[in-house]
Amino acid sequence: MDIYLLEAIINGVLLGGVLALLALGLNLIFGVIDVVWIAYADIVMCGMYLIYWLYVGLGWPLLLAGAVTITSLAVFGILVHLLIIEPILGSAPINQLLATGGLLFFLQSFATLVFGTDFRNIGVRLPVIEFGEVYISFARLLAFGTALIGSIALYFFLKRTFMGTAIRAIAQDRDIIGLMGADRRRIYLITSMIGGGLAGLAACLLALQYDVHPFVGNTFGPLIFMICVLGGLGNMIGGFIAAFVISQIIAIGGYYSNTELSYVLAFTFFIVLMFVRPRGIFAR
Amino acid sequence: MLSLAGVSAGYGSLRALFDISLEVLQGEAVGVIGPNGAGKTTLMRVISGLIPPRGGSMTFEGRSVGGLPAHRIIEQGIAHVPENRRLFPRLTVEDNLRIGAFIPQARRHFAVQVDRVYTLFPRLKERRHQLAGTLSGGEQQMCAIGRALMSGPKLLMMDEPSAGLAPLVVQQVFEFVRRIRANGLTVLIVEQNVQQVLDVVDRAYLLEVGCIKLAGTSRELKGNDFIRKCYMGL
Amino acid sequence: MTARHTTLAAICAILAVLPFFASPYVIHLLIQILLWGFVYTAWSIMGRFGFVSLGHGAFMGVGAYVPALLWNYAGVTPWIGIPLGVALAVLLGVVIGYPCFRLRVIGHYFALVTLALSQVVLLSIVAARDFTGGSLGLTQKAVGYSWYALQFPDKRYFYVTALVLWLGGLAAWRSIDRSIGRQALDAISEDEEAAGAIGIDVLREKLHVTMISAALTALGGAIFGQYLMYLNPETFSGIAVSLQIVFAAIVGGMYAMLGPTVGALLTISLNEGLRVAFATSFIGAANTIYGILLILCIIFMPRGILGALESMSVRRARSKLRGQLAS
Repeated sequence: MDIYLLEAIINGVLLGGVLALLALGLNLIFGVIDVVWIAYADIVMCGMYLIYWLYVGLGWPLLLAGAVTITSLAVFGILVHLLIIEPILGSAPINQLLATGGLLFFLQSFATLVFGTDFRNIGVRLPVIEFGEVYISFARLLAFGTALIGSIALYFFLKRTFMGTAIRAIAQDRDIIGLMGADRRRIYLITSMIGGGLAGLAACLLALQYDVHPFVGNTFGPLIFMICVLGGLGNMIGGFIAAFVISQIIAIGGYYSNTELSYVLAFTFFIVLMFVRPRGIFAR
Repeated sequence: MLSLAGVSAGYGSLRALFDISLEVLQGEAVGVIGPNGAGKTTLMRVISGLIPPRGGSMTFEGRSVGGLPAHRIIEQGIAHVPENRRLFPRLTVEDNLRIGAFIPQARRHFAVQVDRVYTLFPRLKERRHQLAGTLSGGEQQMCAIGRALMSGPKLLMMDEPSAGLAPLVVQQVFEFVRRIRANGLTVLIVEQNVQQVLDVVDRAYLLEVGCIKLAGTSRELKGNDFIRKCYMGL
Repeated sequence: MTARHTTLAAICAILAVLPFFASPYVIHLLIQILLWGFVYTAWSIMGRFGFVSLGHGAFMGVGAYVPALLWNYAGVTPWIGIPLGVALAVLLGVVIGYPCFRLRVIGHYFALVTLALSQVVLLSIVAARDFTGGSLGLTQKAVGYSWYALQFPDKRYFYVTALVLWLGGLAAWRSIDRSIGRQALDAISEDEEAAGAIGIDVLREKLHVTMISAALTALGGAIFGQYLMYLNPETFSGIAVSLQIVFAAIVGGMYAMLGPTVGALLTISLNEGLRVAFATSFIGAANTIYGILLILCIIFMPRGILGALESMSVRRARSKLRGQLAS
């Protein structure tokens, strides 16, 4: 096999890891609360700016900046639910989607206001590792590894803990969860917190590899939605797998032609698949 | 133990319960019978906190519980097995039981409680890793009851436990109810199957169109002409 | 003639004579308001029946780029190019709409599929950068004043075009509102199966509004392209544009004929007002406030401004009636 193709495939897998993390967050929130945070990628963008500002601007050690970013975004997730979602929980689902769309506008413009439209980079130079004849960026490897650990941690949280079980349960029957002694509102807030935290983690991992600018969310946002819908909105495992499928399409497509065309391919694949399996490949 | 006085309730502008007063003493088994649409399920939901009561008072063990949300009521010791079981279909049997023990005081005793439930319902232990949605009707009912027991309740409420089950299975379910009762649990059962429930409970109330029409011991009600004609087909 | 008719007539009269004594700047603003009002109205033709598309940027982009590319590379007049662009947009609408409606892809799924569509268009434009100029944009070959090229340095020509389009959009909205089709679609959104059971061709009605919505949006995009003489994939097909369309239509009130236009009035005025107030010192301030306003609007006025006014007047009428009955 052509060495560059192998590299492309491997990079595809590595990219898939972080996308999968984001898909998990989005699916978690949708599965539990039944809302799509259209602004999810832009929340990640804010996280990228945050770690940039803490590390580059304030000179904090990288790990500390990362930890603070993750916690801050977790809190931000709670705020999003309290201020934007909760007031309109009862209204038409499309309203909730649109309200987070307003948040998208706000975050993108606010970031422009504060940071301007320049591309910023966190400036952490990590080595490129050689595996035989294949060159892999350590940053990508690290990101993939951390994302995988995060996903596994989430899995065990959901499977083994009481709160995790409650989160899984509430997605299946919202009305009687109270009978189990679980406060619905509290579960929503905790879910939003986890969603925000995952976004924060993804932000740190992406910041290691890519520049940040106010509209970076537009590059991977629609991709994440597509991944989630493909895997079945709300289906965590489906989204996880779909992330790798899509990232492979992009990686291999990018190898054979240019990047944008590979995205076009991915989106077209998505649209076609929607018509083959309207509820997603692994729909509930 | 549980006492309702003049409680009303409804859905929006629709009133379903009018001025309900009833009592359940500790150690008793009490039934609520009546036709479809009488408000029996509404009654359960008011007691367990899914619906807010309007007017009147509700006390449990001397403490006022009217108006508390559902997740607080279960902490008081009232567990509700909902109509149609309402298990979490894509969770395993064990996960369903686990969620039953969500309240802090139950979490600590999870291992002990789950053993007790498995002893009571050995079939559940066999199927502990099976998805609850794939269980048979009778098994689902056992799982639902087990789930409610996980919280270590003082009062167990069951909404139409016989619904949708084959007669033989219904017998089994009421056998379990007797056993649970024998262990000292107080029970409140809402049922359409009058014959079966009157054989299990000490006392019962007849609920029709949102009002209590009759009350008495199960012997009295079994001998009552109106009940015999309308609800037992005799 | 009802009060509403007289107001509309008055507005039209004012708009008709404006070009004779308004400054180019005011005309520029009005063109924006009218054209965006037209596009928002086109969107709401679908939106009001529950088909919330987050991908109308796709139609705008196609409508704008097709005539521009044909003009730049083949000298084809926009008089042919624009209908072709519109036709392509309609085709896209049908290609996406047919399977969606057939397979009951609705709600969140529909919104996200349409989002994907606009991404496909956007990315295709960027990917074909050798032809389209990619993210740097495309400028039509300017030939000065020309009917053939549909280029007019004098804004007033575009003003009239925008006015005509805007009125046409309202007419289309009203015709659909009045038609049997509208009742059919309302029935469909209430209970689709029941509607099908009484013989409503559910699929045809849905496709019908989709095609009209796509066509008008593409037309709006085309005229915008001709007016601005500069195309950019983000400004025509970006996610922000698609969202802006949805928001303005909803904020103005998508169940009322003039609702989307009110939305256009609001968004343009807001943008201009903030731009004037903050100039370049706070790039992004306008949209920041815009975003907050939109969130607040969704929370407190989900039926939009006109919808809120309408329910206020209904409430007033009701309490007046109650007062009359009581006395």
